[in-house]
Amino acid sequence: MGKWTRRAFITTGVLAGGALAVGVALRPGHRAPEVAGEVTESGESLINMWVKVGTDNRVTLIAPHSEMGQGAHTALTQMLADEMDVRWEDIAYQEAPAIDAYANWALGKGFILGDADIPAALVPTVNGVFLQAAKAMKLQVTGGSTSIRATGVYGVRVAGAAARELILEAAAERWGVASSTLVARDTHVEDPTSGRRAPYAEFAAQAATQAPSTSPRLKSPQDFRIMGTSRPRLDVPAKVDGSAQFGIDAQVPGMHYAAIRQAPVFGAKLTDVDEQPAEAVAGVKQVVRLENAVAVVADSYWTASQALSRLTPRWEETENDAVDSDSLKRRFQDSIAGAQEGSGPSQDEEWGDADAAFAGAAAVVEADYHVPFLAHACMEPMNATARFTEEDCDVWVGTQNPLGFRHEVAAALDLDLDAVTLHQHYMGGGFGRRANGDVAIQAALVSRAAGVPVKLIWSREEDVRHDHYRPSVTSSFRAGLNATGDVVAWENTYHEKHEPAEAPLIPYAIPARRIGHTDVPTHVPFGPWRSVDHSQHGYFTEAFFDEVAVAAGRDPFDLRMALLEGRERHQQVLRTAADMARWDEARPRGHGRGISLQESFGSIVAQVVDVHIEDGGLSVDRVVLAIDPGFAVSPDGLTAQMESGVIFGLTAALFGEISIEKGAVVQSNFHDYPMLRMDKAPRIETHIINSYAAWGGAGEPGTPGIAPALVNAVFDATGIRVRELPLAKQDFSDWG
Amino acid sequence: MVRLAINGQERELDVDPAMPLLWAIREQVGLTGTKFGCGIAQCGACTVHLNGIAIRSCVTPVSLAAGGEITTIEGLAATAPGPGLHPLQQAWIDEQVPQCGYCQSGQLMSAAALLENNPDPDDDAIDAAMAGNVCRCGMYGRIRSAIKQAASQSVVETYVPGEADHG
Repeated sequence: MGKWTRRAFITTGVLAGGALAVGVALRPGHRAPEVAGEVTESGESLINMWVKVGTDNRVTLIAPHSEMGQGAHTALTQMLADEMDVRWEDIAYQEAPAIDAYANWALGKGFILGDADIPAALVPTVNGVFLQAAKAMKLQVTGGSTSIRATGVYGVRVAGAAARELILEAAAERWGVASSTLVARDTHVEDPTSGRRAPYAEFAAQAATQAPSTSPRLKSPQDFRIMGTSRPRLDVPAKVDGSAQFGIDAQVPGMHYAAIRQAPVFGAKLTDVDEQPAEAVAGVKQVVRLENAVAVVADSYWTASQALSRLTPRWEETENDAVDSDSLKRRFQDSIAGAQEGSGPSQDEEWGDADAAFAGAAAVVEADYHVPFLAHACMEPMNATARFTEEDCDVWVGTQNPLGFRHEVAAALDLDLDAVTLHQHYMGGGFGRRANGDVAIQAALVSRAAGVPVKLIWSREEDVRHDHYRPSVTSSFRAGLNATGDVVAWENTYHEKHEPAEAPLIPYAIPARRIGHTDVPTHVPFGPWRSVDHSQHGYFTEAFFDEVAVAAGRDPFDLRMALLEGRERHQQVLRTAADMARWDEARPRGHGRGISLQESFGSIVAQVVDVHIEDGGLSVDRVVLAIDPGFAVSPDGLTAQMESGVIFGLTAALFGEISIEKGAVVQSNFHDYPMLRMDKAPRIETHIINSYAAWGGAGEPGTPGIAPALVNAVFDATGIRVRELPLAKQDFSDWG
Repeated sequence: MVRLAINGQERELDVDPAMPLLWAIREQVGLTGTKFGCGIAQCGACTVHLNGIAIRSCVTPVSLAAGGEITTIEGLAATAPGPGLHPLQQAWIDEQVPQCGYCQSGQLMSAAALLENNPDPDDDAIDAAMAGNVCRCGMYGRIRSAIKQAASQSVVETYVPGEADHG
């Protein structure tokens, strides 16, 4: 989609470290005065769109990224502090308001002036139905692991360096010296010649009147003082004493509470409901009918949910009422088989002559893989608080896309955009789920109907059954080996493609490759789920590669290294993980070790997993992970993201399954959609390699590689190939 | 009317006695640090102390807590000697435990109850006490480290050098 391709992204990235041609916040002209009223308080000077300085010499970064625990606020702040030479004690973060000036498109415009589209990495984080092309320009998305590698690298660093230049110039003018003789250090300007020293604040007002340079000089890595160090996260203190305000904690005068039940079958509408049983409950204010749901508004959430349980809404019949997981899987398989036999799939990659390579192969390895739908199951169930009046609508919510939510609410209630105000909160998990505005729209509609401010909270059951799901995918593989065991051909056909486009591609130098997909639309809503398509294809390709290695009589690590010839970053990551995990060390019967390699969102990750089978159960003992993110802005922050990504992927690989019966989701809560818990969590070791290549992402790259390394370890331990997840379905009772 | 003490403060709540304590704490008392996660005692986000014992407030009717002493995350620091944070809260900061942070009130309350009964827990004891608390961000390794850090501090604090010699 669009002209801002991944290739353009990487090419532009090469400029980092020198002078950037075009800065994001700093397009030609001085736009800060247009937004100063939105983001500054008395005494604060907005130097450029993203940087303000207070009279107390406090420097605040204003950036359009929300915090869901990924540490973006802190890492972005580090980037500004370093480029601007601000003392860590003087820096603060303020999330940009949900206004157009801080939309992601500003980012795109920074790259390709006047003709930018949304970057491919962000596409999956928006609702595929409601937020396509035209509205895509109105996004303010935190997703696609882009905060650091896009906003940070092309926005915050440039903004910091430009602000530093302006402050030095203002000081030079005041003191009647050349700015080149001045030094910026610790939020102060110093004149080594005269010994004068003054805080930034003294020059901020003057600096704010000047248009910033679009190509300030950025620091080289050897000059970094704050980037590359681990700073305590800014949001942590509030998260240990209960004071952090999540969306669900919003309190508005006169607020009522709402519980909701949505049509079990996606797409079905409410046909009728007898409101009386709920209205008879003391404390209930109103029953509200929505197109596909019924909500009860009451003086407490408990009352609302109790009253809701007394209702028996009727839903319209749909063509999907008989759909189940098995019938969907057959459709996926039929689609793939049809493409293989018929006109062929849509090609992702065609390299070499696969037909000839297979025709000449001495042996062919074939396998089909399958993964189920998955829910996000954020710890904080979906919720939003809304106050609708005749003039306007305020929404309190934690969202990965504040500006998009404003547009969605305005569109759903037929309001001018200016009439909708969004109050951003911390998110109790996001993982892609909180890019979708469904619950904010519902809260606004219920508030309008009830005539009071309403906090709408989904029960966990609603949250599990009305997610936007990681799709269920089937993937079919063939690989050809020649007489000496070399891999000569790789063919992969799967269904359902989203983003990133390169997710099913492999880094290995196999001379003939053909990778393609079919499209099998289902009625189950799609949503981006941590690492998006990499979450399936990382498992598929790296598990099948292991099968190919075994068939070729090669060690899985050795064969990867051989086929990565010339890809030095990949090789170093793989070698590091293998060395740290003692790949070659023998393991006793019932113990196994598996390896995987996956590049995603600009970072390269290798994982080695140790497992053993005991009393018929699988124990995941250790995960060793190596990552080359280009550069780790916060090593501990990156490590935390790897640990988190591994547990997220491991939870899915071991337990995760959303199944469909009669068109609806079967699972409902943590008893039947289980999470990995502390007693089963492995030890995780992370090793970071700074290669100083283009900076990559952190939030997602830890997730894709854990499932394949795990199933490869299970094979190593048991000889059992796990081609369908979750592993909970696998019987190990013959083992251990 | 249900009478109970929350973080040392006497309260009279005019609520349905069947209402789970969670919602009374959040909506009636206005202490929102205690979180709703599942409503069926499966995730631990709602953990508070009732008379010193960790309970899941999402399934505990207010009537069962009547007359009891409740401690929530907002009152945790005050249960430890001295000013400032509870040793676990400080350990949580030192180990940079929270990510999204939503489950952490419950994690801390479970951990505090554990250390109250077992000042120096081993891995199995930590697993047993903490397996009821889900962290979707997967910070189990850091939670374990932080509990051990806090435990080692409290052991140091209560150990008086030479006491055994004189005993």
